[in-house]
Amino acid sequence: MSTVASSNPITVTINGTVYEREVEARKLLIHFIRDDLDLTGSHIGCDTGNCGACSVLVNGTLLKSCMMLAVQADGATIETVEGLADGDELTTLQQAFSDHHALQCGYCTPGMLMSATALLRSNPSPTDEEIKKGLQGNICRCTGYWNIIDAVRAASGQGAK
Amino acid sequence: MTPPSGSTTVVPERVEIQAPKEQYKGQSVPRKEDRRLVQGEGVFVDDVKRHGMGYIFFVRSPYAHAHITSIDVSKAEALNGVYGTLTGEEVASLTDPFFQIASVPGGKIKDYALAVGKVRYVGEAVVAVVAETRELARDASELVEIEYDPLDAVTDARHAQEPSKPVLHEEAGGNLMWEGVYEWGDLDAAFAEADKIVKIDELHFHRFNSTPLETDGALVEFNRGIGQWTIHTNNQFPGFAAIMMGPALRTGIDRLRFVTQDIGGGFGNKITTHPQLVACCLLARKLNRPVQWTEWRTDFHMSMSHGNERWFHDTEVAVKADGTLLGFRTKALDDAGAWLRYEPLGGVIWAQVTPGMYRWRHIRLEFTQVATNKAPVSPNRGYSRMQHLWFTERVIDIVAHELDLDPIEVRKRNYIRADEMPYETPNGCVYDSGDYARMLDVATELIGWDGLAARRKDAESRGKLLGAGIGSTLDSGTNNFAQSRMINPELQFSGNNEVATVKLDIFGEIVVTLGTTPQGQGHETTAAQVVADILACSVDDVHVRAGHDSYWNSHAGFSGTYASQFAVTGLSAVKGATDMLAEQIKRLASAVFGGVPLEALELAEGTVRIKENPEAALPFMACGAIINANNAGLPEDLDVTLNCRYVYRPPFELPDIERKFGNLTLTYASQVHAAVIEIDPETGYYEIVDYAAVDDCGKRINPQIVEGQVMGATAQALGGVMHEIFEYDEDGNLLTPNFYDYHVPHALDMPPLKTGNVESPSPFTPLGTKGMGEGGGAGIHAVCAAIQDALRGHGDAIVWDSSNPYRRVWEMLAQPEQAGGRVEVVEA
Repeated sequence: MSTVASSNPITVTINGTVYEREVEARKLLIHFIRDDLDLTGSHIGCDTGNCGACSVLVNGTLLKSCMMLAVQADGATIETVEGLADGDELTTLQQAFSDHHALQCGYCTPGMLMSATALLRSNPSPTDEEIKKGLQGNICRCTGYWNIIDAVRAASGQGAK
Repeated sequence: MTPPSGSTTVVPERVEIQAPKEQYKGQSVPRKEDRRLVQGEGVFVDDVKRHGMGYIFFVRSPYAHAHITSIDVSKAEALNGVYGTLTGEEVASLTDPFFQIASVPGGKIKDYALAVGKVRYVGEAVVAVVAETRELARDASELVEIEYDPLDAVTDARHAQEPSKPVLHEEAGGNLMWEGVYEWGDLDAAFAEADKIVKIDELHFHRFNSTPLETDGALVEFNRGIGQWTIHTNNQFPGFAAIMMGPALRTGIDRLRFVTQDIGGGFGNKITTHPQLVACCLLARKLNRPVQWTEWRTDFHMSMSHGNERWFHDTEVAVKADGTLLGFRTKALDDAGAWLRYEPLGGVIWAQVTPGMYRWRHIRLEFTQVATNKAPVSPNRGYSRMQHLWFTERVIDIVAHELDLDPIEVRKRNYIRADEMPYETPNGCVYDSGDYARMLDVATELIGWDGLAARRKDAESRGKLLGAGIGSTLDSGTNNFAQSRMINPELQFSGNNEVATVKLDIFGEIVVTLGTTPQGQGHETTAAQVVADILACSVDDVHVRAGHDSYWNSHAGFSGTYASQFAVTGLSAVKGATDMLAEQIKRLASAVFGGVPLEALELAEGTVRIKENPEAALPFMACGAIINANNAGLPEDLDVTLNCRYVYRPPFELPDIERKFGNLTLTYASQVHAAVIEIDPETGYYEIVDYAAVDDCGKRINPQIVEGQVMGATAQALGGVMHEIFEYDEDGNLLTPNFYDYHVPHALDMPPLKTGNVESPSPFTPLGTKGMGEGGGAGIHAVCAAIQDALRGHGDAIVWDSSNPYRRVWEMLAQPEQAGGRVEVVEA
């Protein structure tokens, strides 16, 4: 077995900051974001791509960053949970999550927020069924999803049901 | 203390609830935790980094049962970037076996941080490898050469004690870990009085857990100079971990500093990480560098905290013709898995809810716990009571089904009544308050129970079978740890405690520290609500330190967040400390104002002031400054620190160990759930079409947080009954080691949910609160009952298992004679 891992230069723009780094070819994007760049808002909840805690937007597309190698993100523009708020100003969606008690432990929350952000960008007034579909790639073990659905509906400007 | 007539249990004294002007308690105050969490600024264990830290990867057993014949780590250690390894042999020489809760025979087993000489389940940690990166540690693990000599495996608890079966722990002399007989009342008389005896040969509660989204982990540093470990970890019960780890590591528990900020869900599953934490401690010391361990999801599924799997055999229920339940006998067989990491406490915890919510007085339960070649069980939301409450609910519905009675009527006839509260159970527990019949009314009304006949017809017209069922259950909270003595009379645990400190700092900042380890329950928020009401200030003025640090002076033996107790133990400690602080602020003001009597002072608007002359006010900021930085000239006898620590100790007595009789928990929250399902009889596929969850946890400090807990417990129960199972093959391979095979509910799986609330304040707690959050698996009971209802007239199989995936429902419909759970009704 090789003891010298191959190293590759990559450049990514995350939340507006340009990062140039050397990465091992096999390093997952989520490990690059968390371990190398210390952007620890995106989380890891499984090893199989099921849980969605690591969801980020890569060039505007919602992706699970454990399902992609860091080298594949070379040249990409990435958005993570840390980039949502404008300074101390929470987004409507972040505020709605708090208002509707859509988080408990908060571990799935960054991924949920990214999935919901992607959903609302492509479909500003989703039905409840569309909200559920938009979140189906994200597992939450605390809330049972009901309050998350309420929060996304509220953030979309649609009233309570 | 006045025991009720005919009782020998000492009933806790009623606490007079002094209600100060409530501003925040009872309000859904927005959570203080949210702002950081929605911005990705929480600090979870894997977020903690140290310079030069090594990453740990555990090499795990591929066999369910095997002798380890050799281990060679030399190739792994030779790999560039590998810092070192740890083997079971080293662990056995550097540590003592973990203290065992069990008496004999289970108490004889020797449990270490890594497997020593033998592996006993697939996924058991055998060697730890530490390397510069996560990836390299995994690579190196493949270079560890371990030779095994495989043995037969025991995977079915029902056969574990057969002489032909291999023995997991030779020291114990067999696979029996613990057994005990519980009997109260007069069984012979009850069965003589009965009109009918309902016999159920077998019921089975399956193996699953809550799978918190964040797996276990730690970052451990060793301070060589003072021989002290700092353990950044998401363990949810550091008090227990310290008791386990200190003696094993041959050190005082003050050398083990546990630190946590945010925890990504726990649900009981993060209590028993002490073996892995000891391995981390040994490696940090051996390698003289910080070491980091984050469990992989597959490793969590294979090795951590499965919920107790339990069988109920030879159940007999004594019933009057009108459906009055007199008593039952049963034999509970509990599958502990390979090690007793918290067990056999499950062998007594169930007894907190011995009669469920019912008035039967004659109960016998023979409890047996055995070891099997599966992952060790440990507490899981609803721990041990859920299994027992599922059993009592199944009994109610099976009795109703067999005697053709209405399950609602049977419940109402047998529920403990509100006017009987506080109610002493046959085994001496005291149910503090509750109105179960009213909760049932609320639940059935939410569902529209009266319209079910029409909905059943409508479903039938679409080729569907409609079923409706009730799950009624208890969430007992605030343990009396003396119950452990029923398992092992030698144990020296009893009572319970929790600590909080509240101080007024130099700039008037109100700082609260908790002994608890919250995992999403909003402790920072509810603690601030209690403090703000007492100090008559804003919740925004109260800073509750996030997380836990055992080096804060707010840590006691039972500190942690587990077993439905924060609203009682945690908040009572907060209240106690804040009351002390309020009194000290007044005494300081009295001195400053030249001897104004304390009664003439009040706290208001962030000041202490003279009631009759509100302009004579001392701001908290001035109080903090005077005591902390400007105290010359204060009276010599003024004993004021403005830094108050309070230990809440619930009122418990030692139980009678011989009779297994006494008060085991202080509070009893209750839940009544109602489910309506529609089954496609061709496939067994079913959907929950209507669902109501009614909760009563006494006084609610923050209703929104309470409702969040109710929803979460419901979702986990629905996942548990419909999808989630840790299933093993005959060779002991786990068939569901990840989220592909172990399906947890997703957003699309969630049925419509209606919630209701009844509020029966606890007369035994300072705030009228009850611990809550576990929910007792009400959703499991309700869905099982609904399936049972749908099966009426369609094969009439008995819902005998708590796991009811579509396949099993199809089997019950298509092959009812082959389904488990034979039932016989005998005329007495």
